[in-house]
Amino acid sequence: MKKFVKEFLRGIIRENPTFVLVLGLCPTLAVSVSLINGIGMGIAATFVLLGSNIIISLIRNVVPDRIRIPCYIVVIATFVTITEMTMKAYSPALNRALGIYVPLIVVNCIVLGRAEAYASKQTVVNSLFDGLGMGVGFTLALILISGIREFLGAGKLLGHTVIKGFEPMFVLGMPSGALLIIGLLLGFFNVLKNRKA
Amino acid sequence: MSIAQFLTIFISAVFIYNVILSRFLGLCSFVAISKETRPALAMSLAVMFVTTMSSIITWFIYRFLLIPFNITYLRTISFILVIATFVQFVEMVIKKISPPLYRFFGIYLPLITVNCAVFGVAVLNIDMFFINGEAIRASFYYSVFQGLCVGLGYTLAMLLMSGIRERLDFCNVPKAVKDFPLAFIIASIMSLSFLGFNGFRF
Repeated sequence: MKKFVKEFLRGIIRENPTFVLVLGLCPTLAVSVSLINGIGMGIAATFVLLGSNIIISLIRNVVPDRIRIPCYIVVIATFVTITEMTMKAYSPALNRALGIYVPLIVVNCIVLGRAEAYASKQTVVNSLFDGLGMGVGFTLALILISGIREFLGAGKLLGHTVIKGFEPMFVLGMPSGALLIIGLLLGFFNVLKNRKA
Repeated sequence: MSIAQFLTIFISAVFIYNVILSRFLGLCSFVAISKETRPALAMSLAVMFVTTMSSIITWFIYRFLLIPFNITYLRTISFILVIATFVQFVEMVIKKISPPLYRFFGIYLPLITVNCAVFGVAVLNIDMFFINGEAIRASFYYSVFQGLCVGLGYTLAMLLMSGIRERLDFCNVPKAVKDFPLAFIIASIMSLSFLGFNGFRF
């Protein structure tokens, strides 16, 4: 049990996909305009990571080594399609807000990266916890970035005004604001890491 | 089909909605390979070629396979498979025909398979130039041209960035923001200046 907890926690802190591995940044930056978009994207990516990790780890001994990448991509694309259709059916507003970044989960480096580096070598249960941990780590990173951007860029959180009379900094809601925030956050985590070392 | 339409596509794909600085597609390769100009140029040319070609291929697949058989929900799977196969194929052809060119592109070609920019253009073309499952007039030409322009926008951002980062090597920067963080902060300032193109009207 302790081992599974370790697998799970690794993706959240020590190997956080966004801040430590610096993978899969395209959706992180593009959808983080508001907190609700960030959470939606995080859940979608977590579902894809979880599903593809389980299936890939199940078929890892059957798939020939030379054609493994195309096989993994088909598995991932299937889960992305499921996510896309579900989102279209139950939450069309979120689907419109996320736009082309939902199908783009298929080329998210985290998903293929975990499949290749972890799920193709480990047991099903380990892969399950790894996928879950990575997904939660990704979601938390998204929540942090989109929370900062929505709060400072629009003066709101989840669509509600937080501080009355707060003059929002519009630039943070724009593309350049996303790049600035992620740059500063990466620098901040580097400072923490250096201090610890 | 008019010149003005093509001009609009050009300006918006290269400047206003620059693939890297505004749409954030292909960021991984952007920060990883933009340390020197030469590899950055090689990567950009490879991306430009693949975005153009994949625009052509995916348009045909969508128009003549997915729409007639009413299986447009297979878009993601079919596009990514075709792009991956195409990139592999190009790599083999270049290796066979022109070894110097192969050395020039080197490891960057296989990397393109998982480059969001290529897949993003394919999806974007479908979203923009197909309305309710019907191709708009001249949508094929628009798609191909948009593929080329997105590649151009990628090249522009890559060259600007690599030029800046080559000079940064001689600067004394704080240890915490060295490499990745600084690259993002620079990209942010570049993106801010590209915002000025938003005012373009036709």
